Parts: sequence; C-alpha cells; structure tokens
Amino acid sequence: MKVEAKLLLGLGLFFGAMCAVYWTWSLENAGGVMMFAAMLLGFLPGSYYWWWSRRMKARPEDDANATQSEGAGVVGSFPGTSIWPFMLGMGAFFVVLALVFGIWFLVPGLALALWAMLGGTAEGRRGGKV
Amino acid sequence: MTDVLERPVDAHVPDDHGHDEHHGPTGILKWLTTTDHKVIGLSYTVTAVIMLVIGGLFAEIIRGQLTTPNGSLVSLAQYNELFTMHGSVMIYLFAGPFAFGALANFVVPIQIGAPDMAYPRLNALSYWLYLTGSITMLSGFFTAGGAANFGWVGYAPLSNSLNTPGSGADLWIGGLLLTGFSAIFTGVNLSATIFYLRAPGMTMFRMPIFTWNLLVTAILILLAFPVLTAGLIMLYCDRHFGTHIFSVAGGGVPVLWQHIFWFWGHPEVYILALPFFGMVTEIIPVFSKKPVFGYKGMIFATISIAALSLGVWAHHMFTTGVVLLPFFSIMSLLIAVPTGIKIFNWIGTMWRGEIWFSTAMLMSIGFVVTFLIGGLTGIYLASPPLDFFTHDTYFVVAHFHSVVMALVLGGMAGLYYWGPKITGYLLNETIGKFQFWLLFLGTQVFTFPQYLLGLQGMPRRMAVYPHDPQWQNLNIWSSIGAAMIGISTLLFVINIMVSWKKYPAGDNPWDAHTLEWFTTSPPPHHNFYRLPQIRSERPTWDYNHPEHLAIAHGEHATEPEKVTSA
Amino acid sequence: MEIRTLPPQGAATRKRPWRRLRRVVALPLAALALSGCTVPSFGASQGVTTSSRSVFHLWQGFSIAAAIIGVFVLLLILWAVLAYRRKGDRIPKQSQYHIPLELAYTVVPILIVFGLFAATLVVENKEVANPATKVTINVNAFQWGWKFSYPGSNAFVVGQTTQDPVMVMPVDTNVHINLTSTDVIHGFYVKEFNFSRFALPGVKNQFTFRAVNTGTFFGQCTQLCGLYHSLMYFKVKVVSVSDYQKWLASFSDNTAAQNQQNVTNQQTSTGVPSKPTSSSGAN
Repeated sequence: MKVEAKLLLGLGLFFGAMCAVYWTWSLENAGGVMMFAAMLLGFLPGSYYWWWSRRMKARPEDDANATQSEGAGVVGSFPGTSIWPFMLGMGAFFVVLALVFGIWFLVPGLALALWAMLGGTAEGRRGGKV
Repeated sequence: MTDVLERPVDAHVPDDHGHDEHHGPTGILKWLTTTDHKVIGLSYTVTAVIMLVIGGLFAEIIRGQLTTPNGSLVSLAQYNELFTMHGSVMIYLFAGPFAFGALANFVVPIQIGAPDMAYPRLNALSYWLYLTGSITMLSGFFTAGGAANFGWVGYAPLSNSLNTPGSGADLWIGGLLLTGFSAIFTGVNLSATIFYLRAPGMTMFRMPIFTWNLLVTAILILLAFPVLTAGLIMLYCDRHFGTHIFSVAGGGVPVLWQHIFWFWGHPEVYILALPFFGMVTEIIPVFSKKPVFGYKGMIFATISIAALSLGVWAHHMFTTGVVLLPFFSIMSLLIAVPTGIKIFNWIGTMWRGEIWFSTAMLMSIGFVVTFLIGGLTGIYLASPPLDFFTHDTYFVVAHFHSVVMALVLGGMAGLYYWGPKITGYLLNETIGKFQFWLLFLGTQVFTFPQYLLGLQGMPRRMAVYPHDPQWQNLNIWSSIGAAMIGISTLLFVINIMVSWKKYPAGDNPWDAHTLEWFTTSPPPHHNFYRLPQIRSERPTWDYNHPEHLAIAHGEHATEPEKVTSA
Repeated sequence: MEIRTLPPQGAATRKRPWRRLRRVVALPLAALALSGCTVPSFGASQGVTTSSRSVFHLWQGFSIAAAIIGVFVLLLILWAVLAYRRKGDRIPKQSQYHIPLELAYTVVPILIVFGLFAATLVVENKEVANPATKVTINVNAFQWGWKFSYPGSNAFVVGQTTQDPVMVMPVDTNVHINLTSTDVIHGFYVKEFNFSRFALPGVKNQFTFRAVNTGTFFGQCTQLCGLYHSLMYFKVKVVSVSDYQKWLASFSDNTAAQNQQNVTNQQTSTGVPSKPTSSSGAN
C-alpha cells in the first residue's frame, strides 16, 4: 500500500510545485486552477492510501516473500453475467441523443438508466444472476 | 451466476478442467451480458480495429484529394468533415480505446494474477459507452448538415452554433461525452484493479512494465478526461443555452477552450502512447531472451513522462501569443529526457541478446525507429521560435503522424504478440512480415514528404493548393505511402482470415516472461488454474528457467534461489 | 576551425596514408568552418526578415543536434539488430541494470535539453521583442480574407480568398503588426518570414518584422477557419522606404471613403462573392 500512496502523493507534490511556479509566473487562471485540481487528485487518494498503509499490515501482494497459499481464500464476489451494464449504456446513449435530437429522447433514456440502476443494485445485493 | 471466487493455489491443479468451466449464455446474449474482462477486451479490440479501418479509409480519401493541387475528389465542405472525422476517429475511437480498453483490458488483470477487473460490470459499461459513443459520433455523416467539420480539436469560436450549426457537431460532442465517460470508468477500473487485485508476491516493483504503464495511464485518464468532459459541456451550453463562455461577444474568452482542450489533449497524447510503450517493453525483452534493461529506470521514466505531461499543454498554443513561452518550452523539452531513457533501455534490452525476429519483434523495432523520428522532430516543436515557423504546417502533421504511426506499429506488435493468448491460435508469420515491411516503409514514405512540405510552407487542413502546384510531387509520394499503409492493414485482415484456427499456439509460444503466459490460451474463466511463486517481474520465466535469473551489472550469475512450487 | 591540421604544401608528397586520411577529414571541416553557408539548410530557408534568419540558424542548430542524436541511436539499433540475431537456443546473460550507463543517458540528454533551451531563449527573446517603430500595420483577419490598414494614414487593403490582398511594408524598417480577428481564429503565416501567429477574436496580437529584402511573398491562413480556409491567401510586398511613402500618399480621402464602403459590403456579405471585386491598393 505504501508504494501506491507514495506514487500518488509524489505526483500531487509535483503538480503542486508546478502549479505554484506556473500560476505565480504566468498569472493565467485557467491552467492554474486545472493544475491545482490535478494536485488535489494526487493528494486526495494518495493521503487516503497513506493513512491506511500506516494502519494495516502488509497485504500478501505487498510482501516480497509471500507464497501463493497466503493469498488463498475468497477474493471477492464477481458477477458472472449481467445485462444491466448494457441497459445503462443504452440509457446513457438515449440521454446523449436528447442533446442532439430533442428533449423527448430523455424519456426512454432516463427510464432505461433508472431501471438499470435499480436492477444492477438489486442484482448486487441479491448476489445472483437476474 | 455470481462466482464467489477463491484464489487458486499453486498446488491446485484440477485433473479435468470441467468443474472450473464457466457456463453462461452463448452467442449474442453472451456478448450483451458478459462481464468477463477477456470478452470485453476482445470486443474492444474488434471495435477499435474497425475504427482504425474507418479512420484509415477517411485518410485514403484525404490523400487521394491531395494528389492534385485542385483536387476534386471531394468538395471543400466534405474535405473538412473528412479530416475532422479522420482525426476524431483515430484519436478518440481507435488509439485511446485500443490503448487502454482493448489489450490492456485483456492483459492487465492476467499479468498481475487477478481473476478479473475490480469492477466487472463497470468494465462492461465502459465498453457500451464506447460503442454507443462511436456510433453517435459517426452518425454525423447521416445528418443533413454532415459530420463535424471544425477539426478534431474543435476550436472555439469555429465550433459555436453560429459558425457550425447543425447536428453533426452536436453528435460529435455527444459521442465524445460518451467515450469520455467510458475512458474515465476504465481509468477507475484499471487503477483499482492494479492497486487491489494483485497476486501474493506481486509487489508494485514486480509488476510488468505494461501494467505499470497502464497504471500511470489510468491516473492520467483520471486527471485529464474530466477536464475534457467539462469543456464539452461548456461548449454545448455555448451552442444551445446561450452562454458565452467561449465567445467574445458575450465577454467570453475563446482561448479558454484551447487551454481546457489541451490540458486534456496533451496528457491524452501520453494516454495513447504509454500503453504502446508498455506493449513493446513486453515484447522486446521476450524476443531478445533477456529481462528488460533498466526496469526501475523504465518505471521512473514512465512516471516522469506522466508528471511532466500535465505541464506542457500550451505548447500547442505557442502561436496564440497569450501563453507563457519559456515555462512550456522547457517542460516540453524535458519530456525528451525520460522518452530518451526509454529508447536507450529498449536498445539496452536488445544488446547482447538473442533476437528472434518474429513479426511482433519486427513491429516493435519498427516502432522504436519510427518513434525516434517522431520524437526528434517533436523537440523542434518544443522551441517556440521553431514552432512559430512550423505551426499548423505539414511539418506538425508529419511529426504527429510519425508518432501515431509508431503507435500503430506498436499496436500491431501487441496484436501479433497477445493474439495467440486471446484466441489460442498464432497468426501467419510470413504474411505478418510482409505486413510489417509495407507498414514500416509506407510510414516513412508517408511522413517524409510531409516534413518537406511543411518546411516549404504547406499549411495543414488544405483541401486544395492552387497557388502552389510545386507541392504536388511530394504530396503524391505521401499518398503512395498512405496507400502502402492501407494495403498493410488489408494484409492484417487477410492474415486473420488465412490463419483462422490454423496454428494452435499452446500456452507459451514465445517463451515469454509474464503471468499471462503461465495460464492456458485462451485463459479459463477467472484466468488461472494455478499460479507460480512471484519473485521478480518475470514469474513465468523464473518458473521455466530457474537457473537464469536477472542480474545487475557487476554481479555474476549466482546459484539461483530455489523457486519452489508450493 | 581545423585549419591547423592541414599539412603544409608538399607534405602530401610523402603520401603517408594517415596524413591523407587526416586531410580528407580536415578539408570538409575547414570548409565548414570557413563559410557558414555550407551548414546544410535541413529543408528550411533563410527567409527575408531579421528574425526569420535567427530562426533559420536555430533550426540549423536543432537539426545538427537531432541529426547527431538520431544517427547515433539509429546506428545503435542497427548494430543491435544485426549483431545479436538469434544464432541458437543459447540463453544470453540476463543482465538488467547498469547504473553508470543509465545515469549517463539520463544526465547527458538533460544537458543537451538545457543547451537547446538556452538557444531557444536567445532567439525567442529577439523574436517577441517589440522595438520602437514608426510603421504600424493593423491586420484584421475575417472569414475568409484579410484587411491591412495603416494607422495615421488613409491607406488600407482588403480582399477575400484568392483576391490575394497585399500587405505593403517598407524594407529595413521595423514594422509593428497588430493582429486580430473579427470572427473565428485565423493563422497569419508568411512562409518567407518563418513565422506564424494566430489572429484571435478579442485579442490584439503584436509582433514586429524587419524585412531585409524587397519582393512579394505569399502568405496564407494556417488555422482552420471554415469552408474556404484553403483559399484564404494574401501577399506581402516589401518595397523600398520611398516607394512605401509614395504608396501611402496615393490614398486620397476620396478613395479611402470609397474603399471603406467596399469593406463594409464585403464584411457583411456571407460567403464568398461569386464575382471577385478587385482588391484595392497597389497590387
């Protein structure tokens, strides 16, 4: 976990330094704001990982001498198949078409998206194929 | 069916694979409902290659038009649509998704010993957004006003509703919104997968370079793509809701669009390039029978490229006259350093190796050479005076086509290298070598006249050049190169048809290094029946050649530490 | 620079092979040192302004650096490809790190980059400087043409697409350009000036030329600006100072008023006029 944290914090630090130099030198706001946001995107997840890395023991994947059996056991619950991503994608498709061809496309778009979100959530809770 | 997955242990070698097989729907329903990263990766690959062919067809029409000074193959308006959609299809719909959606989707989880991506359903959603986004963007051709025609960069105020009315431009924006979200989700998925689903012993500094590059790419995606999405929403608001973010009339600033666009656009260049760097960094060591030279330096170089790439966007805007020249100049020049490290590391990997010139290896060497040319000409463009000189001329076009054609070579290398893992069957090497030479030489014949044309003053995005008939010869040469590239792509399609299920690959046809070659071809559902111990970034090699571990300069090969199998 | 290495006259009669070799190497080097003209142009040209010449020299410098680096790396690749072809099933030494070498090819490029950056700064500062000048031209780009007006006089030139409006400017004089656009972004590009700059709506871009040759040069819009982007030409005519003064004086109040009317017509018309109206001013 430590390497992950250091990677993100390091990037955040670099963007922060670059932002400071750029903003004070050029006084151009758009780039300054975007670089500041980039710095935050390094720091926010980076500090989260750092916080956790100090409070947990090294995971098998962080341990250079780990054996495969150390990682045995349940990794997680992976859905086998699911129609909901497709449905959500179609919903997003129609929502975007509403931007072009008229507001009425929002009706099927939002309906599909909502249905897919409910269905997907239910599927995740039930833990089974729908 | 939800699979509660237990990680396989090395000792667990099933006698018959039957009980691990996945029983799901087949046919079209399998394609619609799959959450398996391998199937999604394959869908991405096929879709992206189709986009390559479509974008390539546009390119051939463009090159056809330019063979005569007063080309009449297409009208001025059609020409504008063609190069806009050529750029858009190639960048947004081919190179990007191919880089981080196609092979990455397939390979990254296997390389780190993971059973799937961290969010399989989000992964499927990414693909559907990519597909629908592609359809949305391309459907502009079927609208009354034609497709978007303001260049793939969509500079305001040319892209506002006054100068570009019509739904083609809106479809372009819509398609980009969809593919943009698709990319963001892929970025989330890749970084989460790499951070959380590595196999025991697969520490960060044992991940294959390809995976490392994809991790850095994923972080760059998360940094850059939201900016583009925000910019597109602003553009849409300007077009339809009467805002004046980019229009002078209402107090807006047109250059703001360029800042936003290139703040995404330059990291995007590396979002495209880093995965291909990763591919050749996997391929060159395997076919040189050596570990990658300077593994840690390679990672350092990748991270530096990513870090610097956030601070160079305005080198696309030097000629606007409103950006801070020295800052962007030195940052852009500095990117040459880590890129140079990579090139030297690739050469160092081949040095004193035993190079096997398979098609994948030839394509990789072709990548290094072409990328070297594109990189060196890029250094010129980082210098503002030279950029004033060459900006928006064919010199720039030639520069970035050297770079992206290098990426195409890298991508072809990747397809020849990982194709057998994906399908279980090798491609025909003879046709592959013909394809390589056509593609490689075609690329140079295609770009070199363009460099000269740029220096002779030919601006880009010109449908006709009636004042300057002396440019015709060079343009014809460039078109010949484009035709060679087109034929080479055709050869690739022919190769797939010719070698369809003909040459079984086996698990590890290349004697390769990384975990994906430890499992079967194609890998089973959830990827592994068993895993070797991971003690370096080459677990499969260590397992097959325990007496040949990597050593640093000055070290002597010592008695290898026993790689146990349990 | 290598003159000293040339053998004295008559020394060559001794025909020592190494001396011959030295001469063969030294001659081109000496020639190179004696005249700057023999440095290859690498496809670019000198141009006709003072800054275009400095840009050209910067171009040469960058090209030499790029050529040396490029050829060196290509030779390395070629050597690796030719010398280390697979000869059997031997597994080569699995060497992975060579820290001094890796440091070398990190540090050396950094030094080269800073050298290139220093050269860039010198030329760039020269190019973006705006020295005091008496001649100012306001350049206004529009879809799809150019208007050149001369503050302090009635003179102006306007024309669309292939009418090729002509920007007249004096030689050996600093000419200050104020560049702007009325609609979308255009690119002001004169090949012989080795220079381009965006014409941005709402922004006045300023730069200065000092032409060293007279003549007529083609210019063209380089930034995609819509349908007739490919045809948005103009010309730059560099004339002697006296000719320039004469040309300015040729604009009486009457012609100016007439031209002003033309401009208004042209700018409010949509698209390109089907029958070209002649562009005013000296052509």
